[in-house]
Amino acid sequence: MSGILVLEQLLNGLGYGLMLFLLAAGLTLVFGIMDVLNLAHGSLFMSGAYVAAEAHTRTGSFTAAIVIAVAVTVVVALLLEVLLMRRLYTRDHLAQVLATFGVILVADDIVKMAWGPSPVMAPTPAALSGPIELVDGLPYPSYRLVILAGGLLVALALYLLVNHTRIGMRVRAGASDRPMAELMGVRVGRIFNGVFLLGAALAALAGALMGPIVAVQVGMGEAILIPALVVLVIGGIGSVRGAFVAALLVGVVDTIGRAFMPMLLRATLPPATAADLGPLFAEVAMYALMVIVLIFRPSGLFSARS
Amino acid sequence: MSHPSPKSPALPRTLLSLLLCGAALGGAASAMAAPVKVGLALDISGPFAALGAEARDGFALGIKQLGGKLGGQDVEFVQADMAGSPDQAKQLVDRMIQRDKIDIFSGPIGSNVALAVGPTLFNAKVPYLSANAGPSQFAGAQCNAYFFGTAYQNDQFHEAAGKFAQDRGFKKTVLIAPNYPAGKDALGGFKRQFKGQVADELYTKLGQIDYAAELAQLRAAKPDSIYFFLPGAMGINFIKQFVGAGLSKDITLVTSGFSADEDVIGAVGEPMLGLFNTSHWAHDLDNAANKAFVAAFRKEYNGRYPSVYAAQAYDAILAMDAAVKQSGGNAQNREAVVAALKKANYASTRGSFKYANNHYPVENFYLRVIGKDAQGKVTNKLINTVLTNYGDSYADKCPLK
Repeated sequence: MSGILVLEQLLNGLGYGLMLFLLAAGLTLVFGIMDVLNLAHGSLFMSGAYVAAEAHTRTGSFTAAIVIAVAVTVVVALLLEVLLMRRLYTRDHLAQVLATFGVILVADDIVKMAWGPSPVMAPTPAALSGPIELVDGLPYPSYRLVILAGGLLVALALYLLVNHTRIGMRVRAGASDRPMAELMGVRVGRIFNGVFLLGAALAALAGALMGPIVAVQVGMGEAILIPALVVLVIGGIGSVRGAFVAALLVGVVDTIGRAFMPMLLRATLPPATAADLGPLFAEVAMYALMVIVLIFRPSGLFSARS
Repeated sequence: MSHPSPKSPALPRTLLSLLLCGAALGGAASAMAAPVKVGLALDISGPFAALGAEARDGFALGIKQLGGKLGGQDVEFVQADMAGSPDQAKQLVDRMIQRDKIDIFSGPIGSNVALAVGPTLFNAKVPYLSANAGPSQFAGAQCNAYFFGTAYQNDQFHEAAGKFAQDRGFKKTVLIAPNYPAGKDALGGFKRQFKGQVADELYTKLGQIDYAAELAQLRAAKPDSIYFFLPGAMGINFIKQFVGAGLSKDITLVTSGFSADEDVIGAVGEPMLGLFNTSHWAHDLDNAANKAFVAAFRKEYNGRYPSVYAAQAYDAILAMDAAVKQSGGNAQNREAVVAALKKANYASTRGSFKYANNHYPVENFYLRVIGKDAQGKVTNKLINTVLTNYGDSYADKCPLK
């Protein structure tokens, strides 16, 4: 096992973590701050991926594709907010889960009607389609660096927005004590509307950025929901910082579990046992991390509500 | 002069026998007139939606070409979306058997669904033509006279890929599959024919999105070839990321036809060029039935090439047509239908093939490579035959003769 391989796997872990953060960021805003459990977050992610794929094929510009994907998804989210979400803010989580689960089914059918049941093509921008040599002997897919950068930028922007702006202050005020904030003159309803749209924009950005390396297909949003929720729980509900740290942790632990655990087991156990256990460890690494974190910090690493 | 008294048993007995005769006659008459009932499972939603839609188009073309008849008999097609779900499929098939009284069944894409609906169909003695799934369970000890794996046995694609890798003389290969039973079967099938060095076997999570960790391991292992079995979106994710990492320059990618069919090509496009894969059928396979099928399919569906799933579904309709005809037009006579099906006497898009004792095909397997057609469209091209008249490795455990 060379040093370069370890370095590369760490980088892969961080990359996967930042992908998860892109997905979880919007979810943590909406669930954590507004206390609205939006299972349709994955559908907004799918919308971003499909619209970006279509726009990229038509315009030939990847940047334009991302902008269009985010814009279209925000409009979709606005409709969703006005028609449905607004009525759910004061309802319990069960009502929110049921209603937004319904949205998933409707969204999947709409996408299938528009694009058909087969996965669609989401091209990688030509300039970013090959690897670049990061250090000697370590070629790294250049497109993944874009995702890495995207994740970091979103983290920074959200941190500044939530913690260092007046809007962020009002959002936090509305989240921690809505009646009091309203008494103080904060228009919480309007702010929540904005937070929901921001969450949708982040989901669309994640979808548009991930389209070129994953299958853009009906139901793609459901597959990512579980790791995103795990990140949310580990990070502590409502904390953007928590989501960021948790996403990186999950990314690294998952990658190490996949890359090194089978190797380690094979070196120490009989081959048959190792062959059975190795993949199993890789599969449960993320959940094991969640269990360990929750034993020591039941409300997550950085819960905003403890 | 004695009139039969109302108490006498003679009259009622006569009436009863007349009634019985009438019922029997009426029954026979209605059996003659009743259309053949065919249950078709269409997985047009759920995890196999894309493949199910291909199969649906193949069924539809076959039915249209036969004018909605099988063997000249009127047919009622009972269609239902099994959604790739074993539970849902089981309920729908129960209903097809009890309420609709189907005579023949064909459909589901997934082996898990096939395994779920099989026993019910076998109990009801409904001939079941599996137009895709070829689970090993129904090939060995649990084989059944009413089951026909009309397409292939699941292992065969992988065995063909292993044979290709062996013939090509690959020295060192790495195998990748998801950590679930079909994944292990696939790699086992590959190794049955490949005798070179298997440097590593990587098992990934089912439904995995990110393959960076596996790709780094691959680069470090420096194999000359990779065999992957990653069905559906997993394969698309893997191929995109494999090419993005620049690995395709040094490593030959080999897969089964499942991950290199038209549905996957449509989603990945140019990065798939040069990918080798094995299948029992190709759209440029040179036989008259296939040429006619491909031309008709492309005419019907806007120039789209049919996939294996469409060809298999079309084939299943042709097989039913031949079986109804050869059983004397009486689809209710199940033994005659099964005997006719077993002959596989029809113009299959695969060319002629025959069934082994377990009702799985003994057929050719071909090597295909992804290239461009005359119009520059990315698609599969047939290269050569890898395995000739190849059966599966479970048939000798099947008690059927």
